[in-house]
Amino acid sequence: MTTTPTTEIRSSPGADEAAVRKAIASTARPPRASALSAAFTFGWRGMLKVKHVPEQLLDVTITPVMFVLMFTYLFGGAVAGSTAAYLDYILPGILVMSVLFTTVYSGVALNTDLTKGVVDRFRSLPIWRPAPLVGSLLGDTVRYLIAGTVIIVLGVILGYRPGAGVTGVVAALALVITFSFGLSWVFTTMGLLLRTPNAVMNAGFMGIFPLTFLSNVFVDPATLPGPLEAFVKVNPISILVNASRGLMEGTASAGDIGIVLATAAALTAVFAPLTTRLYRRG
Amino acid sequence: MASQAPLAIEATGLVKDFDETRAVDGVDLAVRSGSVYGVLGPNGAGKTTTIRILATLLRPDAGSARVLGYDIVEEADSVRSAVSLTGQLASVDEDLTGRENLILIGRLLGLKRAGAKARAAELLEAFGLAEAAARLVKNYSGGMRRRLDIAASIVVTPRLMFLDEPTAGLDPRSRNQVWDIIRSLVAGGTTILLCTQYLEEADQLADGLAVIDRGKVIAEGTPGQLKASVGTGALHVRLLDPDQRTEAERVLGRELGAVHLDPDPAALTAQCSDADRGAEAVAALARSGVGIADFSLGQPSLDEVFLALTGHSAEEGPPEQPEVIEEEQPA
Repeated sequence: MTTTPTTEIRSSPGADEAAVRKAIASTARPPRASALSAAFTFGWRGMLKVKHVPEQLLDVTITPVMFVLMFTYLFGGAVAGSTAAYLDYILPGILVMSVLFTTVYSGVALNTDLTKGVVDRFRSLPIWRPAPLVGSLLGDTVRYLIAGTVIIVLGVILGYRPGAGVTGVVAALALVITFSFGLSWVFTTMGLLLRTPNAVMNAGFMGIFPLTFLSNVFVDPATLPGPLEAFVKVNPISILVNASRGLMEGTASAGDIGIVLATAAALTAVFAPLTTRLYRRG
Repeated sequence: MASQAPLAIEATGLVKDFDETRAVDGVDLAVRSGSVYGVLGPNGAGKTTTIRILATLLRPDAGSARVLGYDIVEEADSVRSAVSLTGQLASVDEDLTGRENLILIGRLLGLKRAGAKARAAELLEAFGLAEAAARLVKNYSGGMRRRLDIAASIVVTPRLMFLDEPTAGLDPRSRNQVWDIIRSLVAGGTTILLCTQYLEEADQLADGLAVIDRGKVIAEGTPGQLKASVGTGALHVRLLDPDQRTEAERVLGRELGAVHLDPDPAALTAQCSDADRGAEAVAALARSGVGIADFSLGQPSLDEVFLALTGHSAEEGPPEQPEVIEEEQPA
């Protein structure tokens, strides 16, 4: 993780007593914020974080970018006969990987809020209870979009031309982001159970990294030894990659898309209520 | 004392268990509106858990409490609408600027965009943070962070404010600034429940005080009453020459009675409840040729109160010198 060096700001005049008194005297309580408005305010907070802490996004984007370049040019010829053919094969897979890696940060961010005491403040406010969680989903969408777009743009620069054109790419990105919403609840649950942001990141990647590699992101499962091939075929990430490839090439099967959506719904059904309960309990 | 004032907090028999340990063990509290009520105790005494229960962040396992007339479990949302919490950690978002933090809270409390911005600007100005408004909070000093935290708690002025160790880790100058802000809040009519392990802080700010130890309230009263319950005051004397301490001990023993030798080889303390007799004792020391570096006559400190009540000290280090984590600025 990237850490920014801390510089102290050296000038601070202190509080002005008269002004403090005036400030205390001057507000009437406004009507309570609506659920929607509270959630959007948290979404705004998520976007400010993308702006102020771009390192966090950079960390998870650079690895997939390196993978695209490395795998295409190092292994492309050996694995698929030509670098161009291999780029067509791995680009949708790395798109999936890139966005899924970003979901781990939903858990890291929530744990950071918890350990820094920010959650206490939010929980002591008279707002719709799930607003912080729902709102951060909005901020996360922006990060997923950025992570996905970086990979697609890189692919196009390197010569990737998806058969289904812009529509296919947009559909694939939408599917990946939908699945990511479901998966991010797993990490927010972890974020509320583990002690430190680092623990969440390590545990998160320990799960997502092998799952991504033991999928069809990089190689055709048909080339794998039997038991491994069997696992790779049922790995939900493989199915998501298949569906994304299909959407980008215009050959998607409704079955794959259905399984992806059902998996996302199942993850949400289990882990969203769990996250909400843990969050309330504090 | 205006004992007719309605109660802002009324808690009966609060209990909270964490796994095997009972963090809060039957706490009763009665806090008058408009007062500063101190909850004093060492680390781990149950102060923070009590405050978190009252601020609706934790549900009590037993007992009940009303805050500003609302039940903390049944009417938690109404409680939240009238109170604010400044937690032990400065609960502001380090990855946002000071201004963004205040706008965020303003929007969440229902202010419109323009209103939230104007309120943020007003508070930043009042708390001396206008210059740092556009900087990320992670670059703020401890004192600035604390002020921002308190500012965030009064974006909409609460009727009651929970302050959990508001000066922990601050240097003396920042601590005084926070105390001034708290006094301004009280002057504006806000009731304050203040948790602290600094005895001096309770002495400076609190009208009423509960001493809490191992999850139980072990004493209650005004700081003055609690001191009086310990009985006497003390005359502290430091000598120019440690070799004269035996002579000084003899003189003070004759004049005042019980004398205690301090760890400092040049210092000693005698029990003394009467300022005139104390002055005479100092004069007698001077006549007998003992050189005095300094002396002071005072009521017992709250630390002594705590020791007398519990048989153990409130904390390891001396209470008057809270650990300074960061210097705010050169003068």
